[in-house]
Amino acid sequence: MIEFQAVTKRFDDGTVAVDELNLTVDPGRITVFVGPSGCGKTTSLRMINRMIDATSGAILVDGKDVRQSDPPLLRRGIGYVIQQAGLFPHRTVLDNVATVPVLAGWSRAKARKRAAELLETVGLPATMAGRYPAQLSGGQQQRVGVARALAVDPPVLLMDEPFSAVDPVVREDLQNELLRLQGELDKTIVFVTHDIDEAIKLGDKVAVFRTGGILAQYDKPSELLARPADDFVSNFVGRDRGYRALGFLTASGLTVGEIASVQLGDTAGDARRKLSDGWIVVVDERRHPCGWLSADRLSGVDENATVDADLVMSGGSLYDTEHGSLRSALDSALSSPSAHGVAVNGGGELVGSITADEVLRALAAARTSGEVPQ
Amino acid sequence: MTWVFDHLGLLGDLTVTHVYLSVLPVVIGLIIAIPLGWAASRWRPARAILLTVSGLLYTIPSLALIVILPALISTKTLDPVNVIITLTVYTIALLVRSIADALSSVPPTIVAAATAIGYRPLKRFVGVEFPLAIPVVVAGLRVAMVSNISLVSVGALIGIAGYGQLFTNGFQLQFVTEIVTGIVATLVLALIADLVLQLIGRLVTPWTRVGR
Repeated sequence: MIEFQAVTKRFDDGTVAVDELNLTVDPGRITVFVGPSGCGKTTSLRMINRMIDATSGAILVDGKDVRQSDPPLLRRGIGYVIQQAGLFPHRTVLDNVATVPVLAGWSRAKARKRAAELLETVGLPATMAGRYPAQLSGGQQQRVGVARALAVDPPVLLMDEPFSAVDPVVREDLQNELLRLQGELDKTIVFVTHDIDEAIKLGDKVAVFRTGGILAQYDKPSELLARPADDFVSNFVGRDRGYRALGFLTASGLTVGEIASVQLGDTAGDARRKLSDGWIVVVDERRHPCGWLSADRLSGVDENATVDADLVMSGGSLYDTEHGSLRSALDSALSSPSAHGVAVNGGGELVGSITADEVLRALAAARTSGEVPQ
Repeated sequence: MTWVFDHLGLLGDLTVTHVYLSVLPVVIGLIIAIPLGWAASRWRPARAILLTVSGLLYTIPSLALIVILPALISTKTLDPVNVIITLTVYTIALLVRSIADALSSVPPTIVAAATAIGYRPLKRFVGVEFPLAIPVVVAGLRVAMVSNISLVSVGALIGIAGYGQLFTNGFQLQFVTEIVTGIVATLVLALIADLVLQLIGRLVTPWTRVGR
C-alpha cells in the first residue's frame, strides 16, 4: 500500500533527517513510527503526502510514485490528523468535518450530511455540530480531527502525534476508540508517536527510528519486546519489556481457582465463616466484585451487622477471563490486597481467583510450547 | 444653533461628500493592501521593504501630497481624485503593516493543517488565513477610517468640499459657530464610522466570542 524505497531527506542546512529508508506499510493495518525527537519519524510521515518532498528515493502509494501526483489532490485522498487536532477555529465542528468534501467539490448540503454521520461514528453527540472548536475539550477536538480526516473515506490515514497533547486518561480513551474504529474501517494507518507504550498498544507493526533518520527495527510489537535488534531498541523499549510482553500472550491456558465470596447485605457472621486464608471477596447483587474483607477488618464487627460498602476494602485490578492477557492476569494478582487476583467473565461477574504462581506456570508452559520466543 | 438649523441642507451635502471622500480610499486601500500585506507576511525581504516604504509614505505631509499630485499624474488641481489618491496612499501605509501582522498571527499549525488536507494556496488564504486575520485587520481599518475622516478636511484648503469647508469659511468670516459645527460633525462622523466597523467586525467573526 505505502512503500518507501531508499528514501533520503537532507535539509538545506545539511542535516539528514531520513537516511535511506526502505519500508513497506501493510494495507489495512496500523503501522507506528516511533523514536526519540530528531529521528525522522515525522519527516517520514510528511513525505507520504508531500508536506515534505524527499531528496532522493521514491515513495509509492498504491503503486504510484507520490511525486507524480498534484500535491493538493494527493492530500485530499489521504486523511491527516495532527497534534491538537489543528481544527479551524472559525468554523463550526460540522463545517470543520465537511471541509475536505467541500474542497473535493461536493455540495455543501451533502458534505454536511456526511459530516453529521461522521460525528456519530467518532462518538460525538449531534449537539456538538454547531459549536466552535474553542468550546470543546481537548479529547473532543481530537475526535473531530479524526472525523475530519475520515470525511471522504480515504483508504490511508496519517496521524502525526495526535494524542500527545491530551491527559493520560483521555489519551487511553482515544487510543481505544481508534482501535474500535479501525476494527470497523480497516484503513491503512501510519501513526507517529514518541511514546513506546502507545506504539506497542496501537501498532500491528512498529518501526523504531534512531537519531539521524535510521530505521533500527521494523517488527510486530511482540517481536520488538521479545527480540530487540540491538541495544538502542532494547533501551528505547524500556526496562520492563519482559513484563509488558505478557500483554501479547492470551491467558487461555490459565486455571482459575476457587474463591470465597459474600454478597453485600449478608451479615458479618456469614462473611467470617466463609473466609478463605483470612480473605473473602464481596460482590453486589449482579455478582460484580466490589472489594475484599479480611479477618482483621471483620474483627470486632457485630455478628449480625450487614456487610455494606463502607466496610469493604477496595480491591485490585480485575482479570477478564474472556479477553484478558497474561499481563492483566498477573496484574490482578499483584494488585490484590489478598494476593489472589479476582477473575471475572466477559459480563463482569465473579468467576474465581488467580495467583501470580499460576501466571508464571502458564508462562513457563507457553515457553516450552514455543509461543514465547526464547 | 440657529445657524446649524438654517444650513441643514449644506451640512447634508458636506456630510455626503465627506463620507464619500473618506470611505472610498479605505475600500480601495484595503483591496490594495491585502496582497501587499500577504507578501510582507510571507517573505522577509518583502516585509522589510514594504514596511519601510509605507512608513515613509505616511510621513509625507498630506497637504503637500494633495498639492503636488496634479503635477505628478496630470489631474486638475480641484479634482477630488487628488484627495482620494492621497488618502488611499495613507490607508495603504497603515494597513500593510496591520495585514502583515494579522496574517503572521495566524497559528502556523492551522495553516499547515489546511495544506495537509488539500487546500491550494489561494483558497487557503481566502478560506482560512484571511478569516482568522480579520480581528487584527479590523483594528487597523478602524485607525485608517478615523484618520481619513480627519484628513479629508485638509482638502478644503485647495477648495474640495467636506467638513473642512466649514473651517475655511468660518476662519475667513471669523465665525466661531461654523468652526465648532465642523469639529462636532467630524467627531460624530468618526465615532459612527468606528462603531459601524466594530459592529461589522463582530458580525463576521462569531467564533471569537464563544465561551467554553
